[in-house]
Amino acid sequence: MSDLQAPSNHSAQLLRLATAGSVDDGKSTLVGRLLYDTKSVLADQIDAVTRASVDRGLDTPDLSLLVDGLRAEREQGITIDVAYRYFATPNRTFVLADTPGHVQYTRNTVSGASTAQLVILLVDARKGVISQTRRHAAVLALLGVPKLVLAVNKIDLVENPEEVFASISAEFNELTSSLGWASEDVVEIPVSALHGDNVAIRSDKTPYYTGPTLIEHLESIPVDAEPHRVGLRFPVQYVIRPRTAEFLDYRGYAGQIAAGSVVPGDEVVILPSGTRTTVVRIDTADGELDVAHAGRSVTLILADDVDVSRGDTIASPSDAPEPIGEFDATVCWLAEKPLRPGARLLLKHGTRTTQAIVGSLVERFNEQDLTTDPSPETLELNEIGKISVRVAEPIVADDYTVNRHTGSFLLIDPAGGNTLAAGLVGDVIAAVELGERV
Amino acid sequence: MTIELTPTALTPSRPQLDGTQFDTLDALESEAIHIFREVAGEFERPVILFSGGKDSTVLLHLAIKAFWPAPVPFTLLHVDTGHNLQEVLDFRDHVVAKYNLRLQVASVEEYLADGRLTERPDGIRNPLQTVPLLDSIAENRFDAVFGGARRDEERARAKERIFSLRNSFGQWDPKKQRPELWNLYNGRHSPGEQVRVFPLSNFTELDIWRYIARDNIELASIYYAHQRPVYQRDGMWMTPGVWGGPTEGEELQTLSVRYRTVGDGSTTGAVLSEASDNEAILAEVAASRLTERGATRGDDRVSEAAMEDRKREGYF
Repeated sequence: MSDLQAPSNHSAQLLRLATAGSVDDGKSTLVGRLLYDTKSVLADQIDAVTRASVDRGLDTPDLSLLVDGLRAEREQGITIDVAYRYFATPNRTFVLADTPGHVQYTRNTVSGASTAQLVILLVDARKGVISQTRRHAAVLALLGVPKLVLAVNKIDLVENPEEVFASISAEFNELTSSLGWASEDVVEIPVSALHGDNVAIRSDKTPYYTGPTLIEHLESIPVDAEPHRVGLRFPVQYVIRPRTAEFLDYRGYAGQIAAGSVVPGDEVVILPSGTRTTVVRIDTADGELDVAHAGRSVTLILADDVDVSRGDTIASPSDAPEPIGEFDATVCWLAEKPLRPGARLLLKHGTRTTQAIVGSLVERFNEQDLTTDPSPETLELNEIGKISVRVAEPIVADDYTVNRHTGSFLLIDPAGGNTLAAGLVGDVIAAVELGERV
Repeated sequence: MTIELTPTALTPSRPQLDGTQFDTLDALESEAIHIFREVAGEFERPVILFSGGKDSTVLLHLAIKAFWPAPVPFTLLHVDTGHNLQEVLDFRDHVVAKYNLRLQVASVEEYLADGRLTERPDGIRNPLQTVPLLDSIAENRFDAVFGGARRDEERARAKERIFSLRNSFGQWDPKKQRPELWNLYNGRHSPGEQVRVFPLSNFTELDIWRYIARDNIELASIYYAHQRPVYQRDGMWMTPGVWGGPTEGEELQTLSVRYRTVGDGSTTGAVLSEASDNEAILAEVAASRLTERGATRGDDRVSEAAMEDRKREGYF
């Protein structure tokens, strides 16, 4: 561990990734292997897994037991819920959302992938690209996952590995390009998670493959936290007003920058009111910043004593979005109870929660063959569709394909409070169909 | 909310920062601050669980940063098992005074004294914390309860959401967790239910130590190597105290040790160490072949799913 996690390294970048794949393609084993090979598993954890494996009558430690932590998962030998795993190399630290492959847990794949900058999709080399692979790739395209890795697992178990790998890669490339990914954002790697081939160590059993190992790739792939496609978007979370002798007149607007950057002196517009003012200062508890980019939590001090409260958005005037009261959105329905037109729900977008009425169900997206059914009567659990929504208070949103943070929302059950849907503002399904993902 | 308090400004350690630099610690810090502010914006009566341990000290540090220069708009709650090390209690009180915070203490000792709880045969008090914790939450109508738990600590915690809904019994149902999407946290709950909130979810033990070193966060003294009379039990170096020990065959020796986690004196052990500053500890943690819990926490050794079982009962 000490060689891989040099304590002096303070400038390591954080990369958020997720896994996806179907049942029994070895996802938990691959994750166990990633942790093991980056020396992120310690002796007592290995001991615990070894003990549990012996108890189950196994000859070798089952690395998947490192990650399947719930009683029900260990009983059934499957992954039920998203688990978060952590590993590090000298250049990067990784937060990995390990998601279940079962169709009924697609909602967990959606959860895990919503924050991922990269997803490792697994296929079994013996089965190749199957319908579940297509389904997952479609969901990942919809969620705007920037980078994909196809891990062609169990490559040691096929007879003509070179041909098999080439053919799976070609099929996958065709699929991902039809879903809108650029070819440089998609990489295929032949691996054996069980034996560790091409995970951390280059395998001499795959001479036909000249690319990086999985870990080399994860370590070196350039990823922007959030591409700069739009100007400043700053959803106001909380108004900081100390009202103390020392800070009697202090009034700061706290939040996490959702897109773009801010520099003191910038002119900004407060939405939805449309009031204009200037940023005087960017405060943090550690001192002032001369610039702040997307992802950073800061407090903005404005020039004028304007009316700003939680739920408002501070934006750059040059490309400020129009506050919208009615819009089309793509939703992934995550609840047992189906969605019907006319449903009255709560919509949480950024720091604003408002009442919403679902107008019509415009179309249902069939992830298996990437087609759409017009005017469905309902959206059932795990189904993805386009709906129209009307909100009581306008929201300040960008198209999801332009910005994941300002383009995403939740639909919430006003009665029980449960999260019912993941929502994406804009006409994303059409973009997916046309292969024009921006 | 707490206008009667005087804010204590943190000493700016990095004035006029270069805003372009944004590393792992910056990302984790920004995420935690965002979570604190969401809770302040959406809940009526949040509370921070504060034990005086390193994770809750980092948690409090982040809370102070999130609302600076205003005071932290939350109360602190400590569930005192009666088996805590005195240095940790002293540190707890020191921090509360230093930042002018409000502290409530729920005492396991009181519950044992009046018969609401019964001492376990093994003398371990960590599991007994659940009842005073839940009572305190109910009495104060706390609706959001911050904890310093990290997902890297344990397999069951790896499955935990950042906003974790608990029923009126404080119970966690891992199969009924809400999906957590983007950074949109859903804090809706019915009366009687509460949300446990974990801003440090994505920190690892090493991140915590790097962050402590970077921000120069003051910690309880027992985290740093010091001479202490200890005896060995189950491979851990235990401190003698009201919880009993040493017993026959356990020899008291004065050694250079430090604690990696702070919990109950009866279940938490020290490790042999010469690391007396953050730099030395970072090197030691990075080189360790044992997890902090595996090395020094007896309560996680009970069964394969000990943590999950305790969480189901209302523990963290």
